[in-house]
Amino acid sequence: MGDEINLVEKSRIMNSASIKRALSRLASEIVESNQGAENLYLVGIRRRGVPLAEVLAKNITQLEGIAPLFGILDITLYRDDLSTVGANPVVNRTELNEDIEDKNIILVDDVLYTGRTIRAALDQLMDFGRPNRVQLAVLVDRGKEHRELPIQADYIGKTVPTKRSEIIKVMLKEFDDVEAVGIFERPTE
Amino acid sequence: MDKNFQRKDLLGIRNLSADEIKTLLQTADTFRDVSRREVKKVPALRGKTVINLFFENSTRTRTSFELAAKRLSADAVNISVSTSSVAKGETILDTAMNLDAMAPHIIIVRHGSAGVPHQLAKVSRASIVNAGDGSNEHPTQALLDAMTIKEHKGEILGLNVAILGDILHSRVARSNVHLLTKLGATVRVAGPNPLVPNDFCGLVNNGLTICPTIEDALENADVVMVLRIQKERMNDAFFPTMREYSIYYGLTKDRLKLAKSDAIVLHPGPMNRGIEIASDVADGSSSLILNQVEYGLAVRMAVLYLLSGGNENKEQ
Repeated sequence: MGDEINLVEKSRIMNSASIKRALSRLASEIVESNQGAENLYLVGIRRRGVPLAEVLAKNITQLEGIAPLFGILDITLYRDDLSTVGANPVVNRTELNEDIEDKNIILVDDVLYTGRTIRAALDQLMDFGRPNRVQLAVLVDRGKEHRELPIQADYIGKTVPTKRSEIIKVMLKEFDDVEAVGIFERPTE
Repeated sequence: MDKNFQRKDLLGIRNLSADEIKTLLQTADTFRDVSRREVKKVPALRGKTVINLFFENSTRTRTSFELAAKRLSADAVNISVSTSSVAKGETILDTAMNLDAMAPHIIIVRHGSAGVPHQLAKVSRASIVNAGDGSNEHPTQALLDAMTIKEHKGEILGLNVAILGDILHSRVARSNVHLLTKLGATVRVAGPNPLVPNDFCGLVNNGLTICPTIEDALENADVVMVLRIQKERMNDAFFPTMREYSIYYGLTKDRLKLAKSDAIVLHPGPMNRGIEIASDVADGSSSLILNQVEYGLAVRMAVLYLLSGGNENKEQ
């Protein structure tokens, strides 16, 4: 995915305030569907899923008075495109310090697009144990027509119909200067 | 995102940049976790084939490479010289080209003569990893030593490292001297006179000092690396007897007191207990010899992973 240069921003679809609101709604939905924060295990997918999962965990703690378990997945070694992406990408740590056995896992990522990242995350998760159930929370869903695998999100911040040529960028203060979601496109020559 | 390692082969440390070494070490660090999990396997190299081609005996290195390949889901095949066609008179190049025709992705080579992996790298499409060539280089050993040092000392920059013993015949010493000086350590080597060259790898005054006695080298050291006395390479009279070697050059508890109080002790194995290293040092609290083996696996996983990443058409 890298940091593309020469991208033109077509429109901004979320700002800092709307991201915040979406995340507090998602936290409520997660708690409601799981009947509380007990047994709940939030797992952020590197990179941008991690700070989003952190905010969700904080929101859930405020709502319920119990902190959910928290972990990080790096799916690099589980990708299905390793030999096609050029030089192998940098691997980072997976941190699942608490046992996932029988937990209710909420995978958190920034954008749901083809579904391949989530497939890799699920494969990796299963190597760590047998959770009670796994659900998916994303800030932006680019729409079902792009899906290459039968995967959908249980909690969605915003659904944004996009073209294949477009790129959704979730910018977070941990990695970027601003906090926003924008639709970008490569300039046509 | 740094993609600082894009080579086809890993033949030695000498030609690597400090950035490439850092990328290897950083990647190795994340692979350590895989071996600590319940399921010690990730699918990263599924469908890749790794051949271990060992013309010299090895337990540790060969097992380590084999496990590294298997934990990345690659298929690993071991060939040792006693069962190979080389025993029937085939040349090494012919063996390698025949293996290459079976389209493996990586061939790991250990040979008693310097330069064999480099020759194979020229003719094979597969990536070649040098697992030790004569007294030339043993890059993954130096990388795992560096990882052990980093893990226990934080930084390699500015450390005093003493390397003791048979410097002349040691590929471990060569690879380590290159790596440690590239990362900014001060390296001092010492051993019996005939086994210590006047200049080593052309690095004297470039981070490397040759010490007259091992006591000089040990003084104030942060890291002490003890080399194995390679009985198989001792064709000449480099020193009178093993007993004398252990008296004058063996690392004992008393000698270790010359180093810093928190100094760590490394040995590439297999150890000759009571000769180059006293048993109470080898088993003592400063010794990280078994940690080295653990890190070795992680380093070899990192090497296989980085070499197998889209390296076609890449120049060495």
